[in-house]
Amino acid sequence: MQLTANRATCIGAGQCVFTDPDAFDQDDDGLVLVLRPEPAATEEIARATEAVHVCPSRSLRLVESAP
Amino acid sequence: MTTATFSMQRIDPYSPPAEHLRLQQEAPVSQVPWRNDTTIWAVTRHADVRTVLGDARFSSDRSLPGHPTFAGYTSASKLKNLIEMDPPEHTQQRVRVMGEFTVKKIAAMRPRIEQIVEETIDAMLASGTEADLVEALSLPVPSVVIAELLGVPFEDHSLFQENSAAFVEADATPEQRMAAMGALKEYIGGLVADRIERPGDDILSRQLAAGAPPEELTALGFLLLIAGHETTANMISLCVATLIDKPELLQQLRENPALLPGAVEELLRYFTIAEVGGLRLATADLEVGGVLIPAGDAVFALCNTANRDAEVFPEPNTIDFTRGARNHVAFGFGPHQCLGQNLARLELEIVLEAVIRRIPTLRFAGTFDDISFKEWGPNYGVYRLPVAW
Repeated sequence: MQLTANRATCIGAGQCVFTDPDAFDQDDDGLVLVLRPEPAATEEIARATEAVHVCPSRSLRLVESAP
Repeated sequence: MTTATFSMQRIDPYSPPAEHLRLQQEAPVSQVPWRNDTTIWAVTRHADVRTVLGDARFSSDRSLPGHPTFAGYTSASKLKNLIEMDPPEHTQQRVRVMGEFTVKKIAAMRPRIEQIVEETIDAMLASGTEADLVEALSLPVPSVVIAELLGVPFEDHSLFQENSAAFVEADATPEQRMAAMGALKEYIGGLVADRIERPGDDILSRQLAAGAPPEELTALGFLLLIAGHETTANMISLCVATLIDKPELLQQLRENPALLPGAVEELLRYFTIAEVGGLRLATADLEVGGVLIPAGDAVFALCNTANRDAEVFPEPNTIDFTRGARNHVAFGFGPHQCLGQNLARLELEIVLEAVIRRIPTLRFAGTFDDISFKEWGPNYGVYRLPVAW
């Protein structure tokens, strides 16, 4: 799976870092950074999915990796 | 129109208004009577509330004709603040300030907030064996935290705190509220002017350095104060009242302090105090939950009711510290979701931990029924919480 973030729409609420601190961080300006762009383990994918769902600006995407 | 205005009154302190819950079951997106013989679309399901709040075409711009207001709420300033703006204006200003509230920067505030809480409880315990918890703990803690964030000098803390408290005082007349608000705005304006001359290590100085216009910063400073002070204070009071009223919940936290973050999250969901944040104006014909809302209509996304949606939160009326639900909308949703939410979580966690550890005999000075709840307020909470130990 591929996890991506749109920093142009990020509003820095920090929900992603709060939900999954292993997969996300924020830079000094509060904008999202993806630390784990390719979650693989079931638990990693579950947490990434939750982070995508709770992102208030819908700036995160989790999609199947290109073959 | 003869129908009574859609009531926001919380008759049961632990529940959203019964009418809102009925709508969620029977007509989840429906037009209801609103103030001044107008109507408003009440949106009650979790998914639909996210749709409304996540779409900026449901405008937050309170200067637009027909934008709804809440009874008892007046806009903080002629100068618009963040919560009264739409993108792109909102995005520009939010992006400039959001670096101050990152998860890491807030986490770094923990030692100082712990110190503030310990000192506040020291003073409360030294004052006797009874107190109004609102005055002794709930209001002072967030007041000192926000004062330090804004860089209010220590010698001005009492002035700052007194006016912040007067602004939310139960018995205050509208004139007294306006006077306290005016004094605070004047004070913050003065603080901004002072930081232009003498920059310090605080939000205002950093925002000035980043190019924020001073008048915009006064509006921001005031917003941070009203958004971060009374709301946090209300949650502290409601959480403590709940733990005294429901000893089995208190016992869970005593036995397993690791439950605290989950308890904070669950109580945020359960009380969802800042209902006023859900007012919008449709600026286009937009569909919500299969219902077409025409452009120009007022919309109220009811977060409190959404947070009791059984499709999302099983047994929604049960307080379950192990629920682990992060998708609640107590802080709203969309571009306006609370900027200070991680600070609120941290303050609540620290205060509850300290209260449980340091005041094991804490009890109501009267009974639960004696507590006066802000049942009509734009922010839910309690006016006074008489406790003894």
